Parts: sequence; C-alpha cells; structure tokens
Amino acid sequence: MPRLSQWIIRTAFIYLLLGFTFGALLLTHKGIPLHPALWGWLPAHIEFLLIGWIVQLTMGVAFWILPRYWKHPRRPNEIYAQIAFILLNLGIWLVVAGTTFRVGSWVLLAGRVVEVGAVIFFALHVWKRIVSREGA
Amino acid sequence: MPLLTRWYIRSALVYLTAALLLAVVLAMPINLPSFIRFMNPAYFHLFLVGWVTQMIFGVIYWMFPIITRAQPRGNERLGWFSYILLNVGLLLRVIGEPLVSTRPETGVGWLLAISALLQWLAAVLFVFLAWPRVKEKYRGE
Repeated sequence: MPRLSQWIIRTAFIYLLLGFTFGALLLTHKGIPLHPALWGWLPAHIEFLLIGWIVQLTMGVAFWILPRYWKHPRRPNEIYAQIAFILLNLGIWLVVAGTTFRVGSWVLLAGRVVEVGAVIFFALHVWKRIVSREGA
Repeated sequence: MPLLTRWYIRSALVYLTAALLLAVVLAMPINLPSFIRFMNPAYFHLFLVGWVTQMIFGVIYWMFPIITRAQPRGNERLGWFSYILLNVGLLLRVIGEPLVSTRPETGVGWLLAISALLQWLAAVLFVFLAWPRVKEKYRGE
C-alpha cells in the first residue's frame, strides 16, 4: 500500500471515529436528553461519515489498487491525488464550519466547491489508470 | 476469504435488502402506523451502517496487507467482538428509535444509549484492529 493511501485511509479511520462519536452522542440524546446544542452536530456527523469516511476511504483504496503502470512512476501525477486529499479535508472542515459552527453560508458554499475540486483532481489522477489488463 | 469477512458481507447484504424493503414501506401512499413512520432514520442507518460500513469492514479485514504470517489479520477475536457489537447495536436502534418516539412513556430511552455505546465500541475496536494493517505489503521480514 503506497504512502499516500496510508495517509488517506488513516484519515478516513479518524473520521469514522469522529462520525460514530457524534452519532453515538446524538442517538443517546434521543433516548436520554443530554444537551439541546447536540443537534447542531448532526450536519458534522453526516459530513464526517459520508465524505470523511466513505468517500475518503474509497479514494485511498482506489489510489492503492487501481492498475499501475509498468514503468516508473507506477502511479503518474501523484500530485493530483495529493491535492485531492488536501482539498477534500479542507472542504469537510469548511462545510462543518458553515453548518455546525454557523460561520456563514458562503463558508458552506466554499466547502462544497472545494470538495468538488477534490473530486476533479482525484478523477484527473485516476482517469488513465482505469484500464483493462491490456491497457486499453 | 476469512470467515469473519463472509459474515460481514452476508450480513451487509441482508441489511441492504432490509433497508430497501423498509424504503418501499415508507414510500407507500397509505396512512402508516406511527411506529413505522418513525423508522426513517433507521432506514438511513440500515443502509449506511448495516450495508455500506459493514461491507467496507468485511473487505478491509480480508484484503488489507497482512501483519505477519503467524497472525495475518491481528486479533481475530477483536474482529468478532466488533462485528457482534455493531450488529446488536444497530438492531437495538431499529427497534428502540421508533419505540422511544411513539411510546416515550415506556421509559426505554436507555435502549438508544446502549445501542449508541455498542456501535461506538464496534467502530473503535475495528479501527484498533485495522490500523496496523494500513501499511506496506508484508515482505516476510
């Protein structure tokens, strides 16, 4: 497993724990009221698990396991995947700032735009690795 | 494919079926019993925890680089604990959430607290188990 995948997958695991922690608090709060402000963390719970965990883990595994080139560099344009990793995580926290922390609707918008940027950079990296065994 | 992975993946398929069947029921243009109407969050969690996350756990346990030949996937017992906690926790939620919403006087809110704790522990145990396998391919050193 390449170093970048290790970073991406470990980050995804951290979001899994964050998402499950807030999810557990929210679910407990439904049964045994803890604090009304907890509901403000619902968007963060969703963001951490959908983007931080599922999307990020998928990217980490795809970077590792999609067909590699025979010649070095085996995973060309790795920089695009690195940029995607940074943008995705920046986007997640901008979305959380815009929803849970209510910093402003423009921050939420910026977060979503940055997430789209992450996906485009990731697609740019993997596009040429989506090939058959013959390289077609 | 290890036995634990087979259980994860088969369970995931059962949850996918259950989630989509529940979605069909929730979409029925009839006056549903309130217990069913309050199962909307259960539908999302059957899908995202029961299907997506459980499928991911099963595949990670199977395919991530092994640690050593002697103990390739770490402490298997931890994996089983995680599997059981996740599933018991999720099922408690599916029953407890609409029950708490429709019959709050029954005082079963603790069901949700237990469900939350079990699922959280399942995630912690799984990450603890999988973390050392996020690494380079095992080369027998």
